[in-house]
Order: sequence, then structure tokens, then C-alpha cells
Amino acid sequence: MNGTREQFLRRVNAALALLPKRAPLPQWDDELAVARKLMEQRDTLELFIERINLVHGLALTDVPAMVEHLRKGKFLHGYCDPVLLPQLREHFGPDFILETEFDRTRPDDYAFGITRAAGAIAETGTIILDDTTTSRRLGALAPWVHVAVFPRASIHRTVVDAVANLGGDPNIIWATGPSKTADIEGILIEGVHGPGEQIALVLD
Amino acid sequence: MKLSAIDGFAHDLRPETKESVYKSTKKTHEARTKLLFDHFPNANRLRELAGEIKQHVIENLDTYLPKVEEKLKANGVQVHWAATAEEANQAVLDIMRRRQATKMVKAKTMVSEETELAHFLEKNGVECLETDLGEFIVQIDHDHPSHIVRPIIHKSRREVAVSFEKNGLGAYNDEPEVITRRARQFLRGKYFEADVGLTGANFIVAESGRLVLVTNEGNSRFSLAATRCHIAMVGIEKILPRDQDLGLLLNLLARSATAQQLTVYTEFIKGPRSPQQPDGPDEMHVIFVDNGRIDVLASECRDILRCIRCGACLNVCPVYRQASGHAYRSVYPGPVGAVLSPLLAKEKFPELADLPKASSLCGACQEVCPVNIPIPDLLLRLRDKNKREHGPSAGTPPMGAWSLLASQPAAWKAALLMGGAINFAPRALVPAPVRAWQDHRTLPPWRGGAFRKWMREHEAGKKS
Repeated sequence: MNGTREQFLRRVNAALALLPKRAPLPQWDDELAVARKLMEQRDTLELFIERINLVHGLALTDVPAMVEHLRKGKFLHGYCDPVLLPQLREHFGPDFILETEFDRTRPDDYAFGITRAAGAIAETGTIILDDTTTSRRLGALAPWVHVAVFPRASIHRTVVDAVANLGGDPNIIWATGPSKTADIEGILIEGVHGPGEQIALVLD
Repeated sequence: MKLSAIDGFAHDLRPETKESVYKSTKKTHEARTKLLFDHFPNANRLRELAGEIKQHVIENLDTYLPKVEEKLKANGVQVHWAATAEEANQAVLDIMRRRQATKMVKAKTMVSEETELAHFLEKNGVECLETDLGEFIVQIDHDHPSHIVRPIIHKSRREVAVSFEKNGLGAYNDEPEVITRRARQFLRGKYFEADVGLTGANFIVAESGRLVLVTNEGNSRFSLAATRCHIAMVGIEKILPRDQDLGLLLNLLARSATAQQLTVYTEFIKGPRSPQQPDGPDEMHVIFVDNGRIDVLASECRDILRCIRCGACLNVCPVYRQASGHAYRSVYPGPVGAVLSPLLAKEKFPELADLPKASSLCGACQEVCPVNIPIPDLLLRLRDKNKREHGPSAGTPPMGAWSLLASQPAAWKAALLMGGAINFAPRALVPAPVRAWQDHRTLPPWRGGAFRKWMREHEAGKKS
């Protein structure tokens, strides 16, 4: 395979050898890529709540409201990150089944998944998941409802802030609202492969 | 003279397809423009800057490719190099065979359309299932995508319902929501059965080795949660220098493609899953694909390699809106396709040499391009290339007679006087090539010489 690589790169070199000069790499200021008009307002959490609503997600700030939301939608069986369970269990009634394991042989059993998230982005209403904080990729993805739990302090104001703080996790996912498609006649349908409901539970 | 190929497609397009392509491209284009300029008063500066960054990358690929390779390897990714479509497909098959894997779930990637990966794998006994809803429908219909971002923009819900019924995915139902739920259920099983997930890359960052993918449906996210091996097929032009540049390009990509601030899922992948994470691939491969790109890099049309496949130029193009995507007879339709497809076709360039001519050079494509590609200039360069290489000239009436007249004033004046006859000539007397051209166009009545007459009187009037 090494021959292929050397030959490949030799051809790239040859293709560029005749260029009289190369375009320089421009430096640019992060501020340029901030939708400043959105950022003029209020505090970060308020902005996040407004933006997540616009992309058809939902932000809640206390556990009982989240439990009530699940009950109202008849989402009564779900996966819960074992680290979160001690702090959440008392809020769920006996009508709920909570599992701390996600069994991939019966994914349809889980109507909701509750996991921690690494943070959020206010400018876009985005939730940030990663391998370090999110206990199971599947638990946050396969159920119809995903509840992402994160502290208020972990919300970045802008996309460029979040990019500047990506860190080293091998699998970072930004989720901006529920999974969706407009493939068939341009009609918006939510819940294609990922969650049909994306909820942020922001705690102090 | 025969009708040019693209005119033929536009002519044969069903009226309802033409209307739906026109309406939805126009709607997306208008939403894109509103969102972009509402949020960024200096949106044009953003496009220029993104263009400068990508131009820098392609003109320095000789240093960026080894750099990104080194980072990928340090992140635990295996790197492969494929000069041709065949080599790229073979590299995928080799990985599958080594793992004794027979099932793959595949996200939407344009480069795998170029290499016709799915066909190749099926022929070699590997199940390869498209997971993007539109691409899945294209696959079960044995059809071709007609738009870079919206593969089935040419299909109606009724057609989709019929193919779902034919393929055993439930009784006829043309509600998009029902169709989507059925696809969700069916593909879900497939993710869990598959050993390998294949994706493309929207960007790959040289300084960090981060591979970035965007999808709205979450299909690539699912394949990176359910399978054990991740293969990414990546065109060499996908590199960005710094993580910082993602902040600019992601903002531009989602707005340009689908008028969103961000695409629903943006995934930043930096190697196999972490040890404490139970789900996802523990093996990751990146296959860098040439398939004609290095030749484009050596040509005077290299700027087209800036393209980030957003589809904004398709949505705004008056020709695409009339002809739809299949008229371009290649993987890349629209203005970007009119440049890229003939170039990637290599020795088959003459077969697609009509594409660069199918443009009024109105410039709308460059105006909306998030990386500011000078598409009209590139179209002119390709027209010139075709001329120099004595390619076919279908689609343009011969200009020899005109140039003769235009260079001889006496002949020109005589022609102006005689030209009036054309208003009364029976169609049978019109020369065949002109008649063919007239099938789809109506000439205004001949008024030759009117300007000269006006000019004479105007000059006379000034003197008196």
C-alpha cells in the first residue's frame, strides 16, 4: 500500500509545482461568525431557551416538570444514566420503569433516554454530547425522547465559543433540535433515525 | 442539429416535477438568503473569507495531506489512499473481508456516489444499505439522486408510496409521516445487524485530525452508535486548516444548504470510541480519494475544489430549476456539476462538454456560493477547453455565417435588407438546423435595419 501513498502524494506535488504562488492562509476574528443581533439580548440561559424552542426542542429547568412531561406523553419506560439515577429516582412514580442498562436486542422498549450532556450552545439552541459525559451513545439516540441533563454553567454563548472549547473527546455530537427530514415533497417530519423529541434539562 | 441534451431533459420533464423542483428550490433559496443576511450584515465577507481559506487549502494540499495523515494516525485512525474509484471501493471491500463482515449501513456521501460503492459491494456479496431516507428510496427504486442535498426532489409522495408497497414496507400509504416511520423501523433493525458503518466527511481538520459530519436525520450518528467499525471515504479537498475554521464553515454550510443555523447533528469524530464508552466503533478508517481530483488540481479550474456540497447553486440556478438534476447525467448536477462533472469524467469529457454551455452566465451561482467559487469564469474556461480540444458543439447554432457577415459591412447591410423575408418564409424553407433550434424558441419579428434608420434620422436632426 505504501507505493500507492507515495505515488498519490507525488502526483499532488506535481499538480501544484507549476503554481507561481500559493494563496495565503487568512487570519480571522471569531466575532465575524457570530450572529450578533441574537447575542445582544439578556442572559445565556434565556437565549438558549428561546433558540431551542425555535428548532422544536424543549428546555426545562426542574426535574418534576420533566417527569410530568414524560407522563403526559405516556413515555413510561426508559433508560437512565446510572450516575443520574440516585438524584432523579425520587421524582419518578411507580408508573415508570427505569433501566440503567441499554439492551440493544430490544431497543423499542425504551420510550425515553436520560443522559448527561457536556453542555449546550445558546446561539443555536444546541445540546453537546460526548463519550466522556454521555453514558451510552445508544441510550441518548435510540429512544423517541432524549432528555439531556447539564448544568447551567456549561452553556456556551456562541458556536465559535463552543468550537474553541471542543477538547479531545473522540465523539462530540451537537444536537440542534429533534432528528428531521424534508426529503418527501419538502414536508418537515421529525423523528427519522434519532429522537423525535429533544429535551434539555438545565440544572443549577 | 439535434436538440442539446439538457434541453431535451427539460422538454421531457413532467410538468408536476418541473413545478415541484422550481417551487422547492426557490423556497429554499429565499429562506437561505433571509437567514444569512438577517444574522450577518456582512454575509458576503464570510463567503469570501471561507473561499480564501479553502483556496489556501487546495493550493497547499501537498503539505496538508501528510499533515492530516499524521494527526489521524496519532488519533488511532488507519489511513488509506485511493487513486481511482476502483481502488477506493476495493479498499472498503478489503476491510470488510478482513473483518469477515457481510453487512454495511451507509450514510449519504457524494464521493461514494462517484465510485458507485453500493453496486460494487452488492456485486461482491456485501449488503450495503443506504440509510439517508432520500438515498434509501433512490436505492430501492434503482434510481439516481437528482440533487446534492435533496436526492428525491424529483419524486412525488405517491411514487414513494408505490415503491414502499412494492418492496414489502407496508400497504400503500402516501403520508410522508407514515413513510418516514416505516423507514425508521426498517432501518433500525439494519443498524443493529451491520458490522460496519460507512460515511463521507464534510470537513476534516488538519491541526486536530477531527472528521466532521453533518446530517439532519441522524443516520450517520446511528451507524456510529450501533456498529463496530467506521469507514470514511473522503475526497482530498475536504481539509480545513484549523478547528477555528469550523466555526465559520459550519455556520455557512447549514444556512446555504437548508436555511438552518446549524444542521441538526454535527458530529466531531476523532478516532475510535473512548474505552469507557460501550457503544460505537473500536476501529476507524479514512480512505482519501483522488478519482480525478488531482487532475482538476493541476488544471486552471482548480477553484471548483473549494466546493462544500451545499447545493445552494442548484437552488438558485434558472437552468437547474427548469431541467432538474438528471439532465446533468452525472453525480453532480447544477452549476457545480456543470464544472465538476466534465472534469471528473476525464477522457469522457466530450460526452459532458455541453454542460458548461447550458448557462446564461448570469452569475447567481457565484453570488450564493458559501466559498465564493467563480463558477461563471470556470464555465467559460471549460467552453474554451472544449473548443481547443475540438469537442462537440451540440447546443449552439453554427456561428460561421454570422462571423462572415459581421466582418463585411456591405454583406451585413444587404443581409439586413433581405432579412425581412424570414417573417414570411414558410417553415419548410427554413434550414433544418435553425428549424430544430426554433422548436423551443420563438424569434421576434424581423426588424433589421431599424436602428440604422433611427441613427441616420437622429444625426440629421442634431445637425439642423
